[in-house]
Amino acid sequence: MIPAAFDYVRASSLAQAIDLLRDDPDGTKLLAGGHTLLPALKLRLASPELLIDIGGIAELKGIEISETGIRIGALTTHAELFASEPLHGELPIFRQAASLIADPQVRNRGTIGGSLANADPAADWPAVVVALQAEIEIVGPNGHRSVAARDFFTDIFSTVLEPDEILVSVHIPRPRTGMHFIYRKIRHPASGFAVVAIAVGVRLQGGAVDQISIGVTGAANHAFTGQHASDFLLGKTLSRDNIDKAATLLSETTECLSDRYASAEYRANLIRVETRRALLALSS
Amino acid sequence: MPEPDNRHVVTVEINGARKTVAVEARRLLVHLIREDLGLTGTHVGCDTSQCGACTVEIDGQAIKSCTVLAVMADGASITTIEGLTDTGAELSPVQAAFHEHHALQCGFCTPGMVMSVRQLLRDQPNPSEHDIRHGLAGNICRCTGYHNIVRAVESLASKGYQS
Repeated sequence: MIPAAFDYVRASSLAQAIDLLRDDPDGTKLLAGGHTLLPALKLRLASPELLIDIGGIAELKGIEISETGIRIGALTTHAELFASEPLHGELPIFRQAASLIADPQVRNRGTIGGSLANADPAADWPAVVVALQAEIEIVGPNGHRSVAARDFFTDIFSTVLEPDEILVSVHIPRPRTGMHFIYRKIRHPASGFAVVAIAVGVRLQGGAVDQISIGVTGAANHAFTGQHASDFLLGKTLSRDNIDKAATLLSETTECLSDRYASAEYRANLIRVETRRALLALSS
Repeated sequence: MPEPDNRHVVTVEINGARKTVAVEARRLLVHLIREDLGLTGTHVGCDTSQCGACTVEIDGQAIKSCTVLAVMADGASITTIEGLTDTGAELSPVQAAFHEHHALQCGFCTPGMVMSVRQLLRDQPNPSEHDIRHGLAGNICRCTGYHNIVRAVESLASKGYQS
Protein backbone atom coordinates (compact mmCIF):
# COMPACT_ATOMS: atom_id res chain seq x y z
CA MET A 1 0.00 0.00 0.00
CA ILE A 2 1.37 3.36 -1.06
CA PRO A 3 0.27 6.66 0.46
CA ALA A 4 -0.95 9.48 -1.79
CA ALA A 5 1.87 11.90 -2.64
CA PHE A 6 2.80 14.52 -0.07
CA ASP A 7 5.75 16.74 0.63
CA TYR A 8 8.00 16.36 3.63
CA VAL A 9 9.99 18.74 5.80
CA ARG A 10 12.13 17.82 8.76
CA ALA A 11 11.79 20.53 11.42
CA SER A 12 14.87 21.22 13.52
CA SER A 13 13.19 23.28 16.26
CA LEU A 14 9.78 23.70 17.83
CA ALA A 15 9.64 27.33 16.61
CA GLN A 16 10.31 26.19 13.04
CA ALA A 17 7.65 23.47 13.28
CA ILE A 18 5.06 26.00 14.51
CA ASP A 19 5.98 28.38 11.67
CA LEU A 20 5.67 25.63 9.06
CA LEU A 21 2.38 24.44 10.54
CA ARG A 22 0.76 27.90 10.38
CA ASP A 23 0.97 28.05 6.59
CA ASP A 24 -1.69 25.40 6.08
CA PRO A 25 -2.75 23.74 9.35
CA ASP A 26 -5.57 21.74 7.78
CA GLY A 27 -3.45 20.36 4.94
CA THR A 28 -0.53 19.46 7.18
CA LYS A 29 0.13 16.55 9.53
CA LEU A 30 2.81 16.29 12.18
CA LEU A 31 4.94 13.16 11.96
CA ALA A 32 6.55 11.79 15.13
CA GLY A 33 6.95 7.98 15.29
CA GLY A 34 4.48 7.59 12.44
CA HIS A 35 2.98 4.38 13.75
CA THR A 36 -0.58 5.63 13.55
CA LEU A 37 -0.16 8.25 10.83
CA LEU A 38 1.65 6.09 8.26
CA PRO A 39 -0.89 3.22 8.39
CA ALA A 40 -3.64 5.84 7.98
CA LEU A 41 -1.83 7.37 4.97
CA LYS A 42 -1.30 3.93 3.42
CA LEU A 43 -5.03 3.22 3.74
CA ARG A 44 -5.62 6.73 2.33
CA LEU A 45 -7.76 7.61 5.32
CA ALA A 46 -5.79 10.87 5.26
CA SER A 47 -4.09 12.68 2.36
CA PRO A 48 -2.19 15.66 3.73
CA GLU A 49 -0.22 17.96 1.41
CA LEU A 50 2.68 18.19 3.80
CA LEU A 51 4.20 16.15 6.61
CA ILE A 52 6.31 18.02 9.14
CA ASP A 53 8.69 15.54 10.73
CA ILE A 54 9.09 16.67 14.34
CA GLY A 55 11.07 13.54 15.23
CA GLY A 56 14.40 15.36 15.51
CA ILE A 57 13.32 18.24 17.75
CA ALA A 58 15.38 18.09 20.95
CA GLU A 59 12.85 20.19 22.94
CA LEU A 60 10.30 17.40 22.59
CA LYS A 61 12.54 14.65 23.95
CA GLY A 62 13.49 13.28 27.32
CA ILE A 63 12.16 12.39 30.75
CA GLU A 64 12.97 14.92 33.48
CA ILE A 65 12.29 14.19 37.13
CA SER A 66 12.45 17.12 39.56
CA GLU A 67 11.27 18.06 43.04
CA THR A 68 7.94 19.28 41.72
CA GLY A 69 7.12 16.63 39.18
CA ILE A 70 7.92 14.64 36.09
CA ARG A 71 8.10 16.03 32.56
CA ILE A 72 7.86 13.58 29.68
CA GLY A 73 8.65 14.98 26.24
CA ALA A 74 6.09 14.22 23.53
CA LEU A 75 8.62 12.24 21.47
CA THR A 76 9.42 9.79 24.26
CA THR A 77 8.83 6.33 22.83
CA HIS A 78 6.91 3.53 24.53
CA ALA A 79 10.21 1.61 24.70
CA GLU A 80 11.92 4.53 26.49
CA LEU A 81 9.03 4.78 28.94
CA PHE A 82 9.40 1.05 29.57
CA ALA A 83 13.16 1.17 30.01
CA SER A 84 13.64 4.32 32.14
CA GLU A 85 14.82 3.22 35.60
CA PRO A 86 14.34 6.67 37.23
CA LEU A 87 10.75 6.78 35.93
CA HIS A 88 10.15 3.20 37.06
CA GLY A 89 11.39 4.17 40.52
CA GLU A 90 8.82 6.99 40.71
CA LEU A 91 5.87 5.50 38.84
CA PRO A 92 6.01 1.79 37.98
CA ILE A 93 2.71 2.15 36.10
CA PHE A 94 4.67 3.45 33.08
CA ARG A 95 6.59 0.20 32.63
CA GLN A 96 3.46 -1.81 33.33
CA ALA A 97 1.40 0.02 30.70
CA ALA A 98 4.24 0.23 28.13
CA SER A 99 4.75 -3.53 28.23
CA LEU A 100 1.13 -3.99 27.14
CA ILE A 101 1.34 -1.70 24.08
CA ALA A 102 1.61 -3.36 20.66
CA ASP A 103 4.94 -5.22 20.19
CA PRO A 104 8.66 -4.44 20.66
CA GLN A 105 9.25 -3.00 17.19
CA VAL A 106 6.23 -0.71 17.42
CA ARG A 107 7.25 0.34 20.95
CA ASN A 108 10.63 1.39 19.54
CA ARG A 109 8.98 3.97 17.26
CA GLY A 110 5.59 4.94 18.71
CA THR A 111 5.55 7.99 21.02
CA ILE A 112 3.45 9.05 24.00
CA GLY A 113 2.75 12.43 22.39
CA GLY A 114 1.53 10.77 19.21
CA SER A 115 -0.68 8.42 21.19
CA LEU A 116 -2.26 11.26 23.18
CA ALA A 117 -2.71 13.64 20.23
CA ASN A 118 -4.24 10.89 18.11
CA ALA A 119 -6.71 10.08 20.91
CA ASP A 120 -7.59 6.61 19.76
CA PRO A 121 -10.45 5.61 22.09
CA ALA A 122 -8.60 2.33 22.82
CA ALA A 123 -5.07 3.72 23.32
CA ASP A 124 -3.31 3.06 26.63
CA TRP A 125 -1.61 6.32 27.63
CA PRO A 126 -4.84 8.36 27.81
CA ALA A 127 -6.07 6.30 30.79
CA VAL A 128 -2.67 6.50 32.47
CA VAL A 129 -2.30 10.29 32.17
CA VAL A 130 -5.88 10.81 33.33
CA ALA A 131 -5.27 8.69 36.45
CA LEU A 132 -1.96 10.49 37.10
CA GLN A 133 -3.80 13.84 36.93
CA ALA A 134 -1.26 15.01 34.38
CA GLU A 135 -1.20 18.32 32.54
CA ILE A 136 -0.71 18.30 28.78
CA GLU A 137 1.57 21.12 27.57
CA ILE A 138 0.64 22.55 24.19
CA VAL A 139 2.40 25.15 22.04
CA GLY A 140 0.87 27.17 19.20
CA PRO A 141 1.35 30.49 17.42
CA ASN A 142 0.02 32.27 20.54
CA GLY A 143 2.40 30.58 22.95
CA HIS A 144 2.12 27.86 25.56
CA ARG A 145 -0.95 26.55 27.32
CA SER A 146 -1.60 23.66 29.62
CA VAL A 147 -4.69 21.44 29.77
CA ALA A 148 -5.61 18.89 32.43
CA ALA A 149 -5.49 15.38 30.94
CA ARG A 150 -9.08 14.77 32.02
CA ASP A 151 -10.21 17.71 29.84
CA PHE A 152 -7.85 16.98 26.92
CA PHE A 153 -9.87 14.24 25.18
CA THR A 154 -13.14 15.46 23.70
CA ASP A 155 -14.44 12.74 21.40
CA ILE A 156 -13.36 9.78 19.27
CA PHE A 157 -9.92 10.73 17.82
CA SER A 158 -10.56 14.29 19.04
CA THR A 159 -8.80 16.52 21.54
CA VAL A 160 -8.67 20.18 22.50
CA LEU A 161 -5.62 20.60 20.20
CA GLU A 162 -6.15 23.23 17.50
CA PRO A 163 -4.86 22.39 13.99
CA ASP A 164 -1.98 24.86 14.42
CA GLU A 165 -0.89 23.56 17.83
CA ILE A 166 1.67 20.96 18.88
CA LEU A 167 1.58 18.72 21.95
CA VAL A 168 4.93 19.32 23.64
CA SER A 169 5.02 17.34 26.86
CA VAL A 170 3.18 15.65 29.68
CA HIS A 171 3.66 17.04 33.21
CA ILE A 172 2.87 14.80 36.13
CA PRO A 173 2.73 16.21 39.63
CA ARG A 174 4.99 14.25 41.91
CA PRO A 175 2.79 11.52 43.40
CA ARG A 176 2.11 11.84 47.10
CA THR A 177 4.04 9.48 49.34
CA GLY A 178 2.09 6.26 49.71
CA MET A 179 0.14 6.67 46.46
CA HIS A 180 0.17 3.45 44.42
CA PHE A 181 -0.95 3.06 40.82
CA ILE A 182 -1.95 0.01 38.84
CA TYR A 183 -2.91 -0.55 35.19
CA ARG A 184 -5.20 -3.38 34.14
CA LYS A 185 -5.97 -4.07 30.52
CA ILE A 186 -8.08 -6.46 28.51
CA ARG A 187 -6.08 -6.56 25.31
CA HIS A 188 -7.67 -7.11 21.92
CA PRO A 189 -5.96 -10.34 20.82
CA ALA A 190 -5.26 -9.12 17.28
CA SER A 191 -4.71 -5.37 17.51
CA GLY A 192 -3.23 -5.23 21.01
CA PHE A 193 -5.37 -2.16 21.76
CA ALA A 194 -7.48 -1.99 24.91
CA VAL A 195 -10.95 -3.49 24.76
CA VAL A 196 -11.16 -1.91 28.20
CA ALA A 197 -8.32 -0.74 30.41
CA ILE A 198 -8.28 0.95 33.80
CA ALA A 199 -5.55 2.94 35.52
CA VAL A 200 -6.16 3.43 39.23
CA GLY A 201 -4.19 5.29 41.87
CA VAL A 202 -4.99 4.98 45.58
CA ARG A 203 -3.49 6.15 48.87
CA LEU A 204 -4.71 4.59 52.07
CA GLN A 205 -4.47 6.52 55.34
CA GLY A 206 -5.45 4.70 58.53
CA GLY A 207 -7.17 2.02 56.44
CA ALA A 208 -9.34 4.50 54.53
CA VAL A 209 -8.95 5.92 51.03
CA ASP A 210 -7.65 9.50 51.26
CA GLN A 211 -6.49 9.91 47.64
CA ILE A 212 -7.92 8.17 44.60
CA SER A 213 -7.99 8.70 40.86
CA ILE A 214 -9.25 6.49 38.05
CA GLY A 215 -8.67 6.69 34.29
CA VAL A 216 -10.56 4.51 31.83
CA THR A 217 -9.82 3.82 28.15
CA GLY A 218 -11.26 1.52 25.50
CA ALA A 219 -14.74 1.66 26.98
CA ALA A 220 -16.16 4.90 25.61
CA ASN A 221 -15.49 7.33 22.77
CA HIS A 222 -12.58 8.84 24.69
CA ALA A 223 -10.60 8.26 27.86
CA PHE A 224 -12.27 9.66 30.96
CA THR A 225 -11.96 9.91 34.71
CA GLY A 226 -14.04 7.64 36.95
CA GLN A 227 -15.17 10.47 39.17
CA HIS A 228 -18.33 8.90 40.61
CA ALA A 229 -16.47 5.82 41.78
CA SER A 230 -13.63 7.94 43.21
CA ASP A 231 -16.06 10.18 45.09
CA PHE A 232 -17.85 7.13 46.47
CA LEU A 233 -14.64 5.55 47.79
CA LEU A 234 -13.09 8.68 49.30
CA GLY A 235 -12.93 8.28 53.08
CA LYS A 236 -14.08 4.64 52.95
CA THR A 237 -12.13 1.43 53.47
CA LEU A 238 -11.34 -0.81 50.50
CA SER A 239 -13.64 -3.54 51.80
CA ARG A 240 -14.95 -6.09 49.34
CA ASP A 241 -18.38 -4.50 49.59
CA ASN A 242 -17.14 -0.95 48.93
CA ILE A 243 -15.01 -2.15 46.02
CA ASP A 244 -17.98 -3.96 44.46
CA LYS A 245 -20.17 -0.87 44.82
CA ALA A 246 -17.53 1.43 43.29
CA ALA A 247 -16.89 -0.95 40.39
CA THR A 248 -20.62 -1.25 39.68
CA LEU A 249 -21.03 2.52 39.91
CA LEU A 250 -18.23 3.10 37.36
CA SER A 251 -19.65 0.45 35.07
CA GLU A 252 -23.22 1.77 35.25
CA THR A 253 -22.29 5.42 34.72
CA THR A 254 -20.31 4.76 31.51
CA GLU A 255 -21.87 4.98 28.08
CA CYS A 256 -19.91 2.15 26.44
CA LEU A 257 -18.92 1.69 22.82
CA SER A 258 -20.19 -1.29 20.88
CA ASP A 259 -18.30 -2.85 17.97
CA ARG A 260 -17.79 -6.18 16.22
CA TYR A 261 -15.47 -7.41 18.95
CA ALA A 262 -17.27 -6.31 22.10
CA SER A 263 -20.82 -5.17 22.80
CA ALA A 264 -21.53 -2.23 25.09
CA GLU A 265 -22.86 -4.67 27.73
CA TYR A 266 -19.67 -6.72 27.58
CA ARG A 267 -17.50 -3.61 27.91
CA ALA A 268 -19.59 -2.43 30.88
CA ASN A 269 -18.99 -5.80 32.51
CA LEU A 270 -15.25 -5.57 31.83
CA ILE A 271 -15.13 -2.16 33.52
CA ARG A 272 -16.78 -3.66 36.60
CA VAL A 273 -14.51 -6.69 36.71
CA GLU A 274 -11.25 -4.83 36.01
CA THR A 275 -12.03 -2.00 38.41
CA ARG A 276 -12.72 -4.57 41.11
CA ARG A 277 -9.47 -6.41 40.37
CA ALA A 278 -7.45 -3.18 40.35
CA LEU A 279 -8.90 -2.01 43.67
CA LEU A 280 -8.46 -5.43 45.27
CA ALA A 281 -4.80 -5.41 44.24
CA LEU A 282 -4.38 -1.91 45.70
CA SER A 283 -6.15 -2.83 48.94
CA SER A 284 -3.45 -5.25 50.05
CA MET B 1 4.50 25.04 -1.22
CA PRO B 2 6.84 22.68 -3.10
CA GLU B 3 5.40 20.22 -5.59
CA PRO B 4 4.15 17.10 -3.78
CA ASP B 5 6.23 14.83 -6.02
CA ASN B 6 9.51 16.56 -5.19
CA ARG B 7 12.36 14.15 -4.66
CA HIS B 8 14.31 14.04 -1.44
CA VAL B 9 17.91 12.94 -1.16
CA VAL B 10 18.34 10.24 1.47
CA THR B 11 21.73 9.03 2.68
CA VAL B 12 21.91 5.93 4.86
CA GLU B 13 24.66 3.70 6.09
CA ILE B 14 23.33 0.25 5.32
CA ASN B 15 25.25 -2.83 6.49
CA GLY B 16 28.31 -0.62 6.75
CA ALA B 17 28.08 0.89 3.23
CA ARG B 18 27.08 4.49 2.63
CA LYS B 19 24.28 4.86 0.05
CA THR B 20 22.55 7.92 -1.33
CA VAL B 21 19.22 7.70 -3.17
CA ALA B 22 16.70 10.31 -4.35
CA VAL B 23 13.18 9.24 -3.38
CA GLU B 24 9.65 10.55 -3.23
CA ALA B 25 8.62 11.63 0.26
CA ARG B 26 6.07 8.81 0.34
CA ARG B 27 8.67 6.09 -0.37
CA LEU B 28 8.58 3.50 2.41
CA LEU B 29 11.86 2.44 3.97
CA VAL B 30 11.21 -1.21 3.08
CA HIS B 31 10.91 -0.24 -0.59
CA LEU B 32 14.12 1.77 -0.41
CA ILE B 33 15.85 -1.30 1.02
CA ARG B 34 14.39 -3.86 -1.37
CA GLU B 35 13.92 -1.97 -4.61
CA ASP B 36 16.38 0.93 -4.59
CA LEU B 37 19.20 -0.89 -2.81
CA GLY B 38 18.37 -4.44 -3.99
CA LEU B 39 18.52 -6.03 -0.52
CA THR B 40 15.61 -8.43 -0.87
CA GLY B 41 16.27 -10.40 2.31
CA THR B 42 13.94 -7.97 4.09
CA HIS B 43 10.41 -9.07 3.25
CA VAL B 44 7.04 -7.37 2.98
CA GLY B 45 4.39 -9.53 4.62
CA CYS B 46 1.27 -7.78 5.83
CA ASP B 47 2.38 -4.21 4.98
CA THR B 48 0.40 -3.04 8.04
CA SER B 49 3.02 -3.25 10.86
CA GLN B 50 1.56 -6.48 12.23
CA CYS B 51 3.66 -9.37 10.92
CA GLY B 52 7.27 -8.22 11.41
CA ALA B 53 8.65 -9.74 8.16
CA CYS B 54 10.08 -6.30 7.30
CA THR B 55 11.97 -5.92 10.59
CA VAL B 56 15.40 -4.26 10.28
CA GLU B 57 17.56 -2.38 12.75
CA ILE B 58 17.77 1.41 12.68
CA ASP B 59 20.58 2.70 14.90
CA GLY B 60 20.55 -0.64 16.73
CA GLN B 61 16.80 -0.86 17.31
CA ALA B 62 14.48 -3.40 15.67
CA ILE B 63 11.74 -1.59 13.74
CA LYS B 64 9.15 -2.42 11.10
CA SER B 65 10.42 -0.87 7.87
CA CYS B 66 6.97 -0.90 6.22
CA THR B 67 5.91 1.78 8.71
CA VAL B 68 8.85 4.15 8.38
CA LEU B 69 9.35 6.58 5.49
CA ALA B 70 12.68 6.40 3.69
CA VAL B 71 13.13 10.15 4.31
CA MET B 72 12.79 9.55 8.07
CA ALA B 73 15.84 7.28 7.90
CA ASP B 74 18.07 9.94 6.33
CA GLY B 75 21.36 9.92 8.23
CA ALA B 76 20.58 6.64 10.02
CA SER B 77 22.58 3.45 10.26
CA ILE B 78 20.57 0.43 9.10
CA THR B 79 21.29 -3.27 9.48
CA THR B 80 19.38 -5.84 7.44
CA ILE B 81 19.62 -9.63 7.41
CA GLU B 82 22.33 -9.35 4.71
CA GLY B 83 24.49 -7.39 7.13
CA LEU B 84 24.76 -10.06 9.81
CA THR B 85 27.80 -11.74 8.26
CA ASP B 86 30.71 -10.36 6.29
CA THR B 87 30.23 -12.31 3.08
CA GLY B 88 26.66 -13.56 3.30
CA ALA B 89 27.97 -17.08 2.65
CA GLU B 90 28.19 -18.26 6.27
CA LEU B 91 25.45 -18.12 8.90
CA SER B 92 25.38 -15.67 11.81
CA PRO B 93 24.89 -17.22 15.28
CA VAL B 94 21.13 -16.51 15.31
CA GLN B 95 20.71 -17.98 11.83
CA ALA B 96 22.78 -21.03 12.80
CA ALA B 97 20.61 -21.58 15.89
CA PHE B 98 17.47 -21.37 13.73
CA HIS B 99 19.00 -23.94 11.37
CA GLU B 100 20.02 -26.26 14.19
CA HIS B 101 16.63 -26.18 15.94
CA HIS B 102 14.50 -26.27 12.77
CA ALA B 103 13.08 -22.86 13.70
CA LEU B 104 11.90 -22.19 10.16
CA GLN B 105 9.93 -23.95 7.50
CA CYS B 106 8.99 -21.74 4.55
CA GLY B 107 11.45 -19.09 5.75
CA PHE B 108 9.39 -16.04 4.81
CA CYS B 109 9.22 -14.66 8.35
CA THR B 110 12.79 -15.70 9.21
CA PRO B 111 14.77 -12.54 8.31
CA GLY B 112 12.45 -10.39 10.43
CA MET B 113 12.35 -13.00 13.18
CA VAL B 114 16.17 -13.09 13.30
CA MET B 115 16.39 -9.30 13.57
CA SER B 116 13.86 -9.35 16.44
CA VAL B 117 15.76 -12.12 18.24
CA ARG B 118 18.88 -9.91 18.17
CA GLN B 119 16.95 -7.11 19.90
CA LEU B 120 15.34 -9.54 22.36
CA LEU B 121 18.68 -10.95 23.49
CA ARG B 122 20.24 -7.49 23.71
CA ASP B 123 17.45 -6.37 26.05
CA GLN B 124 17.21 -9.66 27.97
CA PRO B 125 20.31 -11.86 27.79
CA ASN B 126 18.64 -14.56 29.94
CA PRO B 127 14.99 -14.57 28.90
CA SER B 128 12.37 -16.96 30.25
CA GLU B 129 10.13 -18.79 27.77
CA HIS B 130 7.46 -16.16 28.49
CA ASP B 131 9.97 -13.36 27.83
CA ILE B 132 10.87 -14.93 24.49
CA ARG B 133 7.27 -15.32 23.38
CA HIS B 134 6.41 -11.79 24.57
CA GLY B 135 9.58 -10.39 22.97
CA LEU B 136 8.73 -11.92 19.59
CA ALA B 137 5.08 -10.83 19.70
CA GLY B 138 5.72 -8.49 16.77
CA ASN B 139 6.67 -11.32 14.41
CA ILE B 140 4.15 -13.74 12.99
CA CYS B 141 5.15 -17.22 11.73
CA ARG B 142 2.53 -19.36 10.00
CA CYS B 143 4.59 -22.55 9.80
CA THR B 144 6.49 -23.45 12.92
CA GLY B 145 3.99 -22.94 15.71
CA TYR B 146 6.83 -20.97 17.35
CA HIS B 147 8.07 -23.81 19.60
CA ASN B 148 11.31 -24.36 17.71
CA ILE B 149 11.92 -20.62 17.45
CA VAL B 150 11.67 -20.45 21.25
CA ARG B 151 14.13 -23.37 21.48
CA ALA B 152 16.57 -21.64 19.14
CA VAL B 153 16.48 -18.51 21.29
CA GLU B 154 16.86 -20.53 24.49
CA SER B 155 19.93 -22.25 23.05
CA LEU B 156 21.46 -18.88 22.08
CA ALA B 157 20.85 -17.52 25.58
CA SER B 158 22.32 -20.62 27.22
CA LYS B 159 25.49 -20.14 25.14
CA GLY B 160 25.77 -16.52 26.29
CA TYR B 161 25.15 -15.12 22.78
CA GLN B 162 25.55 -11.35 22.45
CA SER B 163 24.38 -9.56 19.31
